[in-house]
Amino acid sequence: MMTLENIKDSLSKVFPNAGIDVIENKGMLQCEIPADNNLEIVSYLNKELDFIFLTDITAAHYPDQKGRELCVITHLHNLVDNVRLRLRAYMPIEQPDTYSLTPIFSGADWMERETYDFFGVNFKGHPNLVRILNVDDMDYFPMRKEYQMEDPTRLDKDDIMFGRE
Amino acid sequence: MRPVKNNENAKIKLAEMPEGYWGEGFMATKFDKVIGLARANSLWPLPFATSCCGIEFMATMGPNYDLARYGSERMAFTPRQCDMLLVAGTISKKLAPILKKVYLQMAEPRWVIAIGACASSGGIFDSYSVLQGIDQIIPVDVYVSGCAPRPEAILDGVMKLQDLVKNESLRRRHSPKYIALLNEYGIQ
Repeated sequence: MMTLENIKDSLSKVFPNAGIDVIENKGMLQCEIPADNNLEIVSYLNKELDFIFLTDITAAHYPDQKGRELCVITHLHNLVDNVRLRLRAYMPIEQPDTYSLTPIFSGADWMERETYDFFGVNFKGHPNLVRILNVDDMDYFPMRKEYQMEDPTRLDKDDIMFGRE
Repeated sequence: MRPVKNNENAKIKLAEMPEGYWGEGFMATKFDKVIGLARANSLWPLPFATSCCGIEFMATMGPNYDLARYGSERMAFTPRQCDMLLVAGTISKKLAPILKKVYLQMAEPRWVIAIGACASSGGIFDSYSVLQGIDQIIPVDVYVSGCAPRPEAILDGVMKLQDLVKNESLRRRHSPKYIALLNEYGIQ
């Protein structure tokens, strides 16, 4: 049976230098992994621990965490034992490099393109890392938390424009 | 032959006869008026519907509101044969070049109605991905307000456009002002 302890033991045995700790967070197993080891770790989880289904790849931006601003989040599902695992890989925003999971999961292709499109994460080894949802000539990554919610100089949405004082 | 006059009691409503001089077997009037009349009462619509305003437009086309009463019964999903582009719904920046291409493929004279808040101004989607009004890429003749507008409002927009079409000078499309307007949008 796939339990928190089993996963933790196997991972720390195979990757002793990665400092892997598996915890339970919000009802789901979670594990922080180094961004440059993600392909080996996911490959091991996939082949040896039956995490055969890639549920999601996305990212988050934590502007206050120096040196680990960007976080790529990968959800894996062990369909044999029905266990879900959330992997978090942090990276500095100056060099947001991690490895593409496309050698293991073909479905990672578009998810990684989307993550690149919105957060600018560079997935090394991806066959076609170009924008997928936004316009091709966009020159910024819109989901990073470095933009104001609204342009403070614009007047067209002031109350006076809607007949209110 | 007498020109047929509009009979108040008849069930079929005829278009108003244009101003002119007529007598036994002839009528003299301006091309502007006759052609305007013909165009206004046979506007071929091209619906470009992307979201909820499109649903309202479907109701407008249906038998309850019946856009066909205005001579616009035939939706043609081919820009080459249409006169009236109805843009109903949010247009994202990625969709903008496609909308512009559809507009460019329409033959002159062509008119555009922006249906609803999103097509007119971006609406509630004040966002990096949404075009803030289709008038940023193509010229618009009539704006219909509402989120989403009722079918009555869309019909009102079509009637407003009919007024424009009826009274448009035949030379308008060759005027320097019109050419300058298109040039503003980068259309030759």
